Amino acid sequence: MKSQQAWRRGKKMSLTRNEVERVSLLARLQLTEDDLETMTTQLNQIVGYVEQLAQLPTDNIQPMAHGVERFNVFANDERRPSLPCDEALTNAPRRDDDCYLVPAVLGD
Amino acid sequence: MADLTDYTAVKLLSLLQAGELTSTELTKAYLDRIEACDQKIGSFLRTDPEESLKHAAAMDRRRNAGESPGPLAGLPIALKDNLCTRGQTTTCGSRMLENFKPPYDATVVEKLREAGAIPLGKTNLDEFAMGGSTESSALGETCNPWNTTCIPGGSSGGAATCIASGMSPLSIGSDTGGSIRQPAAFCGVVGLKPTYGRVSRMGLVAFASSLDQIGPLARTAEDAALLLEVIAGHDARDSTSLDQSVPRYRSVLQQPLKGLKLGVVEEHFGEGLDAEVESAVRESIRVYQELGAKITSVSLPHSEYAIATYYVIAPCEASSNLARYDGVHYGYRTDENILHATLKQQRSGLSATDDEQALNNLDSPLVRLYRQTRAEGFGAEVKRRIMLGTYALSAGYYEAYYLKALKVRRLIRQDYDEAFREVDLVIGPVTPTPAFPRGSKIDDPLAMYLGDLYTVSANLAGVPAISIPCGFSNAGLPIGLQLQGPPLSEDRLLQAAHWFQKETAWHQRRPALN
Repeated sequence: MKSQQAWRRGKKMSLTRNEVERVSLLARLQLTEDDLETMTTQLNQIVGYVEQLAQLPTDNIQPMAHGVERFNVFANDERRPSLPCDEALTNAPRRDDDCYLVPAVLGD
Repeated sequence: MADLTDYTAVKLLSLLQAGELTSTELTKAYLDRIEACDQKIGSFLRTDPEESLKHAAAMDRRRNAGESPGPLAGLPIALKDNLCTRGQTTTCGSRMLENFKPPYDATVVEKLREAGAIPLGKTNLDEFAMGGSTESSALGETCNPWNTTCIPGGSSGGAATCIASGMSPLSIGSDTGGSIRQPAAFCGVVGLKPTYGRVSRMGLVAFASSLDQIGPLARTAEDAALLLEVIAGHDARDSTSLDQSVPRYRSVLQQPLKGLKLGVVEEHFGEGLDAEVESAVRESIRVYQELGAKITSVSLPHSEYAIATYYVIAPCEASSNLARYDGVHYGYRTDENILHATLKQQRSGLSATDDEQALNNLDSPLVRLYRQTRAEGFGAEVKRRIMLGTYALSAGYYEAYYLKALKVRRLIRQDYDEAFREVDLVIGPVTPTPAFPRGSKIDDPLAMYLGDLYTVSANLAGVPAISIPCGFSNAGLPIGLQLQGPPLSEDRLLQAAHWFQKETAWHQRRPALN
């Protein structure tokens, strides 16, 4: 807890507004000017806090991606019924027969 | 007969089985209670009284016909609104899924239906289960029944409040970093996060897949045991679910505690722990001593890094999982006419100023559809976590943040393994303070995150943990006790919680709702 508060005080502005804007494109989020400003401040606080992880030596530690580490869960290679197309499409915002409808991708 | 909504699930079940009570009477009693109280509390996003009573009547008919209709037959239950219910709206507290009707039931919902439980409705939560106060829900406000100016905790705020205020005998929540245990502590009820993989996640809307786990909330450990027995078990449709038999939790509860070795987590009594919470937890440790438990001190030395680790891993997984909300496959989509008009206006604006580079960088209609849909469909906390995760996973930062956090995660797990070589369970607080006033942390996300410091480690390590009522603050707010155990020790956790509840009466207090 002590080091946590020290880290909060020692927060530095490492993420620029431009960088946050670039991340918003990667994240497919449209942010307003106000959003960008708030997001830059808040992300800097949080990133500043998590940077304390760099203090810990972890050279010979294997990363742990899961709480329970299991490998090679196989399913039998056989055909099974799956969700019918019509049911899968019932929640689509727009559809055209058996397809999802989206704005034109190529040209106008 | 006294007020039915005051009974435990186990007691109600015995009345149903003895024919002294019908499911219709019981379901009506809870629906009436919801009608009378929920306007004040806001536990439920939706109820469907007609549908619930139809199920109850069917269950009564089966019992009258001499059938044995399942281990929860006739008992009402509330479901957190991130569990898919076939054909019934499942929103995750988000505009994005406001009108989403899943084409299938979650495995847990299927198991509950088979066991004869009566779904009462869907409970409120932080949007996509991201938060610790239920304030990030876009679709409703939930108050703490002990003091309605305070938050109920989260993300399973509705799941905890409906138990605390007698609007359901049992409920299902989900816990990614404390989302069952923390609201249980703030509302004075029991909440269990099982071992990762103990309960199938199939049909639970994904937030952080390596951390999410479904679990029971109830008034007593015995009720939680009854419910866990039904929902636990292997599921071929969740490849991370454990292929291990499910113990008969309720029969294990009765075995005496003598000889149980409890480790007090040193790091959980440091700076930041509220004095009233500390004294309630220390008093609880004394109760266990009297019950015959051996108390020692243990260390989880990497605890102080748990929040930093969690707030890298959880947002990374969330940003990947939530990429599916694109306005194309299901859920909300922005207005396309406005979208095309806006793009056209921006294009002509940029052409007029001859800004060729900006013109080239302008989103294509499809990319803008994604971006605008997500901007309008998600709330601030969800956007923040998507941004954080996307940043931490982006080129140049992956190793410094995500990979680093995965390594520290192993150190945190090793701390537990080490501790459980010495003791059977570890004991400590659930939260640093009791429930806080609504609105007090909403603009300070980091302050909100720091409240998770005792709960996130169990998710990172995949171990089970339970929250039990263990006292009240001077202001009249509940305080929770946390027990954590090695993988698949739910039986021991429930047994320890059960004996505590036999010795104490904290779980019998009720908030005044009138």
